[in-house]
Amino acid sequence: MTVVPAPKAAAPHVLVRYAPLLILALAWEAASRLHLVSSLALPPFTDVVQAWVELLWSGELVSNGLSSLYRAGAGLALAIAVGSALGIFMAISRPVNAMLGPLVELFYPMPKSALIPVTVLWLGFGDGSKILLIFLGCMLPVTIGAYNGARGSDQHLIWSARSMGARGLRMIWDVVVPSALPELLNGVRTALALSFILLVSSELIVARQGLGNLIGYLGANGSYDAMFAVVLTVAFIGFLADRVYQAVVERVLRWRE
Amino acid sequence: MSDPAQIIVEDVSHHYRPAVGREVLALENVSLRVREREFLALLGPSGCGKSTLLYLIGGFLPIGTGKILVDGKAVAGPGPDRGIVFQNFALFPWKTVRKNVLYGLERQALPRHERETRAQAFIDLVGLTGFEESYPSQLSGGMKQRVAIARTLAFDPRMLLMDEPFGALDAQTRSLMQSELLAIWEKTRKTVIFVTHDVHEAVYLAERVAVMTARPGRIKTIVDTRFDKADPEVHRAKAFVDKVDEVWSLVRDEAVKALEKRPP
Repeated sequence: MTVVPAPKAAAPHVLVRYAPLLILALAWEAASRLHLVSSLALPPFTDVVQAWVELLWSGELVSNGLSSLYRAGAGLALAIAVGSALGIFMAISRPVNAMLGPLVELFYPMPKSALIPVTVLWLGFGDGSKILLIFLGCMLPVTIGAYNGARGSDQHLIWSARSMGARGLRMIWDVVVPSALPELLNGVRTALALSFILLVSSELIVARQGLGNLIGYLGANGSYDAMFAVVLTVAFIGFLADRVYQAVVERVLRWRE
Repeated sequence: MSDPAQIIVEDVSHHYRPAVGREVLALENVSLRVREREFLALLGPSGCGKSTLLYLIGGFLPIGTGKILVDGKAVAGPGPDRGIVFQNFALFPWKTVRKNVLYGLERQALPRHERETRAQAFIDLVGLTGFEESYPSQLSGGMKQRVAIARTLAFDPRMLLMDEPFGALDAQTRSLMQSELLAIWEKTRKTVIFVTHDVHEAVYLAERVAVMTARPGRIKTIVDTRFDKADPEVHRAKAFVDKVDEVWSLVRDEAVKALEKRPP
């Protein structure tokens, strides 16, 4: 009869929690200003912040950022849709599993960045090749999560639903998909992190715009403070995306103990 | 002349193949008749195939040899005429109590407000008023099993198949749930097949107790166990205690055999 949730351990205040970041920024500033490291290798933190503000005002950060987010979002959305469907059908159908299982096993450990030249060869320098790369690279973690989750569906739950008249797709939607959800969403979290890696590396290598391209361009032209500003921006967007994602997952899975 | 039996099991045998090793004969030539509105307990040592027999009647497992008729029709799969209650409750953990109870009703052609009214009535019947919006993870074992019973009763099956439904509950909760189940059965008068390995529970709840042998499971004998269950002192009545002893002596031999057959 424990309807009242157990009290959570008190979380430290936000300022306390992220104090190490502040210390890191101060150490960075000091190391650069005191010439402990070359300011070329590590421009002072305040210079980086200033460069960031300039990039924002010029609109370059926003236009390149939007372009990157579009690529990552589209690739990830495709990966989640196709990956979930594949994983769930592999779990419920032996022939599908026999067909796709070995392919998934073979391609899962492959470093997906090796596909960068291939996707460029197929779809050129624009958005298409990045979206395809992110789609291919992010699909398998989702597939494996969905597969493991769906395979773990409780037999008694399926029988219960059947005795209440659920069949076919209805059964999959009502029982198998929700059963798979916790592991599937874990797979999506991995995919989310992978999408940033693939996005930036593909844009660094071949692209005309995007945050990765901006990093490469600024680096090649010696604007190191601006380059660091974009690197930090990418890191922050990745962190924010993961945080937002976890909050959404917590909400979706609130039925769990 | 029509047969008064609602469920007829005739000469049913069932094999299963474990993940490793040889095929196992779980049930051998089982025959059983269950009358309409009867409360029958299937009693036997663990591994005797009593749950398997229940799953066969439920249509969850394919019937090898023999046949099973429910209301005159051969069983060919699960159906809403046979409601099932499992030991592990089998609630949808992602649905609230209300949505769990509504699930079976949603597959029926009923107007929405009628479904809601019915669901509420059965939530009230099992004493869970006020917990409609709770998730199963927030409930105790006894409460979860009440939800499962309410969910099954709500879509109005003609019979209840119960697979050790109180096996996972503590002793006090179990005894409470037993009297509540009897009260519900008195009210609804559905046919019940109740699988258990608890002699006391079987004698207390059922009108007849079918005692099964150790594997391969057969029906050893059927004992009449009708008493005045409304009597709060029934557990101490001599007739009741004698009946428990009688059934226990029948089961004990089988339990010993089951232990001896257990792989080392």
